[in-house]
Amino acid sequence: METLLFLAHVESDGSLATQAREALGAAREMADALSGAPLHVGVVGRDVAAAAGSIAGCGAARFLGVAGADFSQPRYASDAAAAEALCKAAAATVVIAPATSRWCRVLPGVAQRVGGRVDTHVTGISADGGAPSVTRWYYRQRMEATLTRAHRPWIIVLDPGCGAPWKGEAGAATVEVVPVKLSETCRRTTVTGVQAPPADQQTIRPDAGLLFVAGAGWTKTQPDGKVHAAEAAELILEFLRKAQASLGGSKSLVDLTGEGQAVLPFMTHLNQIGQTGATPRHPKGLSACCHGEEPHVVGWRFISERRAINLDPNCGWARGKADVLYVADAFAVLRRVNALLGEK
Amino acid sequence: MTTGYQIVVCGGIVPDPLQTLDPVANPAGPTIKNEMMLPAVLDPWAAHALYEAAHLAKATPGSKVWLVSLGPKAKLQQVMMTVAQKVPFELVALDGQAGGFTDTYEVAALLAGAIQAIPGLDRSRLLVFGGWESASRGAGATLQMVGERLHVLDQFQGVDRLAIAADGSFQILERIEGGRHQVSTCAGPPAVLGWATGSLPEPPNNSQVGMANMRTVMPALHRAKPAKVGAEGVTFARVSLPSQRRDTRIVKDLPVGEIAREIVAWITGA
Ligand SMILES: Cc1cc2nc3c(=O)[nH]c(=O)nc-3n(C[C@H](O)[C@H](O)[C@H](O)COP(=O)(O)OP(=O)(O)OC[C@H]3O[C@@H](n4cnc5c(N)ncnc54)[C@H](O)[C@@H]3O)c2cc1C
Repeated sequence: METLLFLAHVESDGSLATQAREALGAAREMADALSGAPLHVGVVGRDVAAAAGSIAGCGAARFLGVAGADFSQPRYASDAAAAEALCKAAAATVVIAPATSRWCRVLPGVAQRVGGRVDTHVTGISADGGAPSVTRWYYRQRMEATLTRAHRPWIIVLDPGCGAPWKGEAGAATVEVVPVKLSETCRRTTVTGVQAPPADQQTIRPDAGLLFVAGAGWTKTQPDGKVHAAEAAELILEFLRKAQASLGGSKSLVDLTGEGQAVLPFMTHLNQIGQTGATPRHPKGLSACCHGEEPHVVGWRFISERRAINLDPNCGWARGKADVLYVADAFAVLRRVNALLGEK
Repeated sequence: MTTGYQIVVCGGIVPDPLQTLDPVANPAGPTIKNEMMLPAVLDPWAAHALYEAAHLAKATPGSKVWLVSLGPKAKLQQVMMTVAQKVPFELVALDGQAGGFTDTYEVAALLAGAIQAIPGLDRSRLLVFGGWESASRGAGATLQMVGERLHVLDQFQGVDRLAIAADGSFQILERIEGGRHQVSTCAGPPAVLGWATGSLPEPPNNSQVGMANMRTVMPALHRAKPAKVGAEGVTFARVSLPSQRRDTRIVKDLPVGEIAREIVAWITGA
């Protein structure tokens, strides 16, 4: 019989993120499907009581915790030690954890340490037929596979937005503290903070309903023979503000930043969507001045509704990659869109 | 005492992203149709790691860069013809399957073994570099497992910057949620860094570098040991291409005002 462990870390305010609750929802479902498989909860952080309490009603057989100042920062050495201790204390055969940057940094290493195997970027978990199986994408979202593993322990790292967050009663949970003593070699790294663009230049909004993708066309010579990069920057920023959209870019556009051409100052490699960029999840996506080539469009795998604005009726979007292609000048369209959004 | 770094870049090869990929089921597990015929490239994020490694080695006298790569010998040779023109490195080649459907655990065991076998490697100055995710498996797991096997406890993923302070300590920027970077300091080597894009452009081809590299690349390929790699214990129930073609409605000759109204209605759900 399987023994399940839901593995989470607390946020800086001591709470559990929505993403962690999604992984808990998946773990709970699996425990129910594997009738009788015990579900354990393992939480890491400075103080784990509040987080454990917030999911007290999840039917866990045990709440285990690794806590203390040493475990407040997302640092490989301490997180690995904590996660290893929790996996062992629970004697888990299947571990389900959210794919936060903190867990992604460390859980494959933990799998190695506990003699296990790992699957990351999992988009679906099931226990049909009485055995756990997972679904994930290969070749940068080009093909989807469903697989099972004979080896245990098996660490499954679930991507955000791939399941409903667990909902249930909060209460008091008795947390069994799992002692972890860190050696000095685990303290060679210190996390000193987070670097983020100034609020008015923060263009990446993972929770936005709309992804707006700008392509290199914004910086290219326009039909009047001139480049209008400054106007492009203004139009895009105004649109992002009014539509509360998240900003993505094509590789060609973000690469220009490094080459000192007329560019959009707020665009960095972090905005890049595609093969060597991000694959964000948003319900809608609007592309403008981007050609829609395959290495870009693989980054749209998890964008449900897609529209594009391009001067070229034969661009990639026309070939089954978007629901609607507007053959038009994106400068003119965005100007009008901004005006209309302003009236709302 | 040496102050240089011993930088080992782990970089696999992947089909050129512009190619169409079709999965096929084989008794030993899934593979890509005509995989051996498809042009291959050095895995893009691993390529960034290699450029960062070369840059760091150049700035730090006494440093050396190795590129450890697992792939079918003939494919490795093809990719090295281009990569060797870019920056100086010594190749350590392993002759085995290079696809997304092999398991990280097995790949990591082979890579760690190859690193341990590098003659005279000073593990106290070791930096293991690589891409934070491959373009094939995209798991972000191999480097961590390699690091564990080499007992390296300072590990970083999604790295965009490594800056070295006067005292030899590192400041490292890693990508985290919401377009932000986590900032860490680390006492120094040994460390594992899985690179994202970093900040360096692709270096131009340099035929002198190419000639110097090829002197070690060809013997390394010649020496490359056959490496058995698969995905033991994994059963793929299904591998499929998404039904991704949409019925695109192409809107031409509509006045800009109308297009704008349609887009706003769509965005706002009105
Ligand atoms: C290894 C590798 C990895 C890659 N990874 C990625 C990746 O992660 N992400 C990515 O995006 N690409 C990636 N690419 C590059 C990709 O193949 C394309 O080159 C890139 O996406 C093109 O960017 P673009 O469409 O913005 O630019 P372009 O191809 O230059 O297209 C510009 C578009 O703007 C349109 N345009 C110009 N002016 C206007 C206007 N006024 N109104 C409307 N439309 C206008 C033009 O018609 C044109 O379609 C990768 C390539 C390789 C080889």
